[in-house]
Amino acid sequence: MSREIAILNGTVFDPTNRIFGERMDIFVKDGKIVGSASSKAQRIDASGKVVMPGGVDIHSHIAGSKVNSGRLLRPEDHRKDVEVKTPTTHSGVGYSIPSTYTTGYRYAKMGYTTVFEPATPPLKTRHTHEELDSTPIIDKGCFPLFGNNWFVMEYLRDGKVEECATYVAWMLKALKGYAIKIVDPGGVEVWGWGKFLRHLDEKVTHFNVTPREIIRGLCKVNRLLNLPHPIHVHTNNLGNPGNYTTTIETMDTVRDMANGSKPIVHITHVQFTGFSGSSWLNLGSGAPEIAEYVNKHGHVSVDLGQIIFGDTTTMTADGPFQYFLHMLTDNKWVNMDVEVETGSGIVPFQYKRSNYVNAIQWGIGLELALLIKDPWRVFMTTDHPNGGPFTYYPRVIAWLMSRKARERTLSKINRTARRRLTLPSIDREYTLEEIATITRAAPARSLGLKNKGHFGLGADADIAVYDINPSDMDVLRRKPAKLRRAFGQACYTIKNGAVVVRDGKILKSPFGRTFYVESQTKPEIESNLLRSIETRFRDYYTVGIENYQINESYLRYPAKVRCEAEI
Amino acid sequence: MPKIQVTLLTGRSLGQGRAKEQGKLSELYLESVACCEVQHEDLQNIGLEYGNNIRVTSNHGSVVVKVVAPTQPLPRGVVFMPYSIWATQILGSDTEGTGMPTYKCIPCTVEPAIDEKIMSIEELTKKFPRKRSRS
Amino acid sequence: MGLEESTFRDVVCTVCGCCCDHLEVTVKEDTVVKVKNACAMSTSKLLNYMNERIMKPMIRRRGRLSGCSYRDAVDAAAKILLKSRSPLLYGWSLTSCEAVEVGVELAEEVGGFIDNTTSTCHGPTILGVHEIGESSSTLGEVRHRADLIIYWGCNPIHAHPLHMSRYTLLSKGRFRKSRSERTLIVVDVRRTDTAKMADMFIQVEPNKDYELISALRAAVRGDEIEQDEVGGVPTDLIEEVAEMLISCDFGALFFGLGLTMSPGKSENVDAALSLVRDLNSKTKFVIIPMRGHFNVNGANNVMTWMTGYPYAIDFTRGFPYYNPGETSAVDLLARGECDSALIVASDPVSNFPYKATCNLTSIPLITIDPHITPTVLCSDVVFPSALVGIETSGTVYRMDGVPLVARKLVEPPRNIRSDIEILRDILRRYRNLKRLGR
Ligand code: SF4
Ligand SMILES: [Zn+2]
Repeated sequence: MSREIAILNGTVFDPTNRIFGERMDIFVKDGKIVGSASSKAQRIDASGKVVMPGGVDIHSHIAGSKVNSGRLLRPEDHRKDVEVKTPTTHSGVGYSIPSTYTTGYRYAKMGYTTVFEPATPPLKTRHTHEELDSTPIIDKGCFPLFGNNWFVMEYLRDGKVEECATYVAWMLKALKGYAIKIVDPGGVEVWGWGKFLRHLDEKVTHFNVTPREIIRGLCKVNRLLNLPHPIHVHTNNLGNPGNYTTTIETMDTVRDMANGSKPIVHITHVQFTGFSGSSWLNLGSGAPEIAEYVNKHGHVSVDLGQIIFGDTTTMTADGPFQYFLHMLTDNKWVNMDVEVETGSGIVPFQYKRSNYVNAIQWGIGLELALLIKDPWRVFMTTDHPNGGPFTYYPRVIAWLMSRKARERTLSKINRTARRRLTLPSIDREYTLEEIATITRAAPARSLGLKNKGHFGLGADADIAVYDINPSDMDVLRRKPAKLRRAFGQACYTIKNGAVVVRDGKILKSPFGRTFYVESQTKPEIESNLLRSIETRFRDYYTVGIENYQINESYLRYPAKVRCEAEI
Repeated sequence: MPKIQVTLLTGRSLGQGRAKEQGKLSELYLESVACCEVQHEDLQNIGLEYGNNIRVTSNHGSVVVKVVAPTQPLPRGVVFMPYSIWATQILGSDTEGTGMPTYKCIPCTVEPAIDEKIMSIEELTKKFPRKRSRS
Repeated sequence: MGLEESTFRDVVCTVCGCCCDHLEVTVKEDTVVKVKNACAMSTSKLLNYMNERIMKPMIRRRGRLSGCSYRDAVDAAAKILLKSRSPLLYGWSLTSCEAVEVGVELAEEVGGFIDNTTSTCHGPTILGVHEIGESSSTLGEVRHRADLIIYWGCNPIHAHPLHMSRYTLLSKGRFRKSRSERTLIVVDVRRTDTAKMADMFIQVEPNKDYELISALRAAVRGDEIEQDEVGGVPTDLIEEVAEMLISCDFGALFFGLGLTMSPGKSENVDAALSLVRDLNSKTKFVIIPMRGHFNVNGANNVMTWMTGYPYAIDFTRGFPYYNPGETSAVDLLARGECDSALIVASDPVSNFPYKATCNLTSIPLITIDPHITPTVLCSDVVFPSALVGIETSGTVYRMDGVPLVARKLVEPPRNIRSDIEILRDILRRYRNLKRLGR
């Protein structure tokens, strides 16, 4: 098998390198992008096709204890969508919570090659890695949860930011995690008592610290450690009418720490925290206000959490929100609180076009994508599976690229919602280069993955070829179904220099790498910290510190990303 | 022959848990699991003493084990056997569509079997049907 | 691992679902010589694991098991699987997650059934969760917060000896420092040793758990109970208990086979899950099943992430299909649907009802186990294996889903392999034979 590939005559979109739809060749050797190839290279004719870097998903719940509890909860979800074993693939089940193999295959078929699991309870992160290692093809990583961690809250209460940073650095290393995830800061600890927390300045019971202090503290920690990705925040008040103000307040609370034009806070699935109004009856879209803030402030990025009409399974670390959703729908409900750290909840959910609230939610996501001007700071996600399964990405792309596609759906949604949304008046249609930005270049940059999301020399040879002729764009915009099909079934997906998908079929399924971060703090600071937490560890946890840490050898293909801590 | 109607529970016991780890062919294992706990008054009703052998019979089978004093008090009419190959001789295979056989609350009778022998593990495994074909 | 005495700290116990990880095990000359911090069950295992070991692979020839080479055993096992149309792969709860992963791959490859011991312990619990969900937490949450603890139909003193001291009643948590800050209620059909520790013991009549839980749910809702007693428990007492449940700050209900194994089965569990769910509108309440074997939860987890389903999986159609009661081991055997079986680290001949066992012993049977068991005695091919957490390492999942690595402490006896190696070799041989069309 040749280790060289030449992709000839494609129309290339590589926004990072300012290549916007040029006819050119891309060469691959030994898993990397190179400048030329020998005559022995496998030749792929991409004329009349679009070539993009492999897709990068910054936020998709694909692995770990909560995802698996979701699978366990919903045999009915699997029965309607099965994958039969083939000579090149394992069998599995799909729909909203696919089994691990199926997850890898389905991402690859859409031309996605990198996916991050955005919420791992530290104590159960070993489980997350087991599932990630069972997910073929894609590269991956996971974000441990810190926003309700007792150690973090105590350090920040006592104003010990440097100790907190040392602790976080140790945790990321011990867990093989990639970024700091914050979910409903303080709120999940309070939910440990079955109570709710509503304001950024409300004290967390027993801990005498506020959500605002937690967010600011961890933002400082992030900077002290020079982590590649900013703090990844699921705000307080998710799912409550009027919560868009919490979103803006959360973004604004770290504004003074801004550092040039680089975002220092990422607000995730911002659709779910983009509600205006004061009740379910007068709920509206807070997207224009949020977009305005984002347009004016370079220190934030967001991802959409776009909803898809239909059945799905909601699952977040936001235990209190999931309980609320259970009470709202009366659907079955799983709750899992995790000692010292976090919680989680799962509720099956159906988004209905005719439902006023759901229709507004659908509009909020798209409005955000269309009103935020800089595609480098808004990433496409459905917060899989919360807004809908990731397999619906082609549909989201079609909505963004085609006004016609939006109008079609608009004509079928709840009438009152349609009247109250700004969406019908927005003309913008995403270009292919903007799609390439929000689905690969921008998330890769936000994650600090230097070799992902672009075709610069030496970049990872993760490539998607789609059956789209850019000169036909006007036609395609009028035929969104074709666009959907093209993005749903890549002609070729190349992962790490190997052709893994051809014409939407899996050819082979090697396993990808797991990225994790090591921000080395000064050795004496680290050993002091270890001494101080060791004594508390058995008091806090029901496992010992030795058994808590995950060795690098536990991962199939670990990929360490180093950064320099300032402490 | 005196015979009483009882409700049979099967379950784990500390003795069984510990003895299992010693090995299933060990004397200790046989001692701690080839038995049935019967409450004192129930036992008197059939005129037996602890240490005698009894026959426990359900709709699905019958087995001889030693009768022993409850390690934890039992209500009248309830008997207890530790999980083991002796207990399973009298369990039914119907799971009522749940996958789970009924291991607890099984209607049974208990009667004296003083002169009968308790089968050993080897004897019990030989009792199972032989294979139709062997490699 | 030489002649010196060495002590391992923070050792994970591989007996029950508590997966205690604070054991101290001293090893000398590849033998465990001392065990600290463990309960009686655990100590017994660690000091006696060499009893009744199988030392060689065996094949049945002319009705008798006799020693054979490892290669021959692998070959024989692969041929049995190749010849059969619907093999059953059963066991999996006393081995590592890594081994279960290979097991699922093998089951898929041979197009058979794979089931773990869940189907005969907490299967009804899982069926209940499919219907209701569950409000749960890790054990540490209970240790830190719970002021009310209920053991229902379970007897941790005997089956999970350190559960109370490490995680519940007797543990020291951040917000609950001592026994006096917690209340214990035990519900059982008999006054167990666990019941003797309770602040309140409720003796329920056999087979009346469902009625009692339903009455409690009604009382929690504030509904009037018309009868004077339910399941042998006076209504006044039921109302008193309901009041205790509502007024605690953090309650935790642990339940065991007393609910899952009695008639009613998943309905009993449904009721318990619903009770706890309902209670969350009044206070904080969690429910945790007392999983028995040290990695039964891991087996469920691996099967779920690989196939979508936790046990009783049917690969005969080329994709995972799940219908406990139809695709679960006892049912398959009782209906005589399997034409061979591979048993890993389990002893169904001792544990399955008589008729199911009869069908199991009359089909070609392959067993992988460290010890001689009745199932081994009935087998046609036998592989001795290394013990997880003593002679080989592997991932295990505690009853609350906390994953831990059970480490290797000593070398296994000569030529004894891990479950993973054995399963991989069978799988490889199977694929080769299939390719060769034999
Ligand atoms: S309680 Fe269970 S896990 Fe803990 S030491 Fe005893 S047997 Fe092992
Ligand atoms: Zn999310």
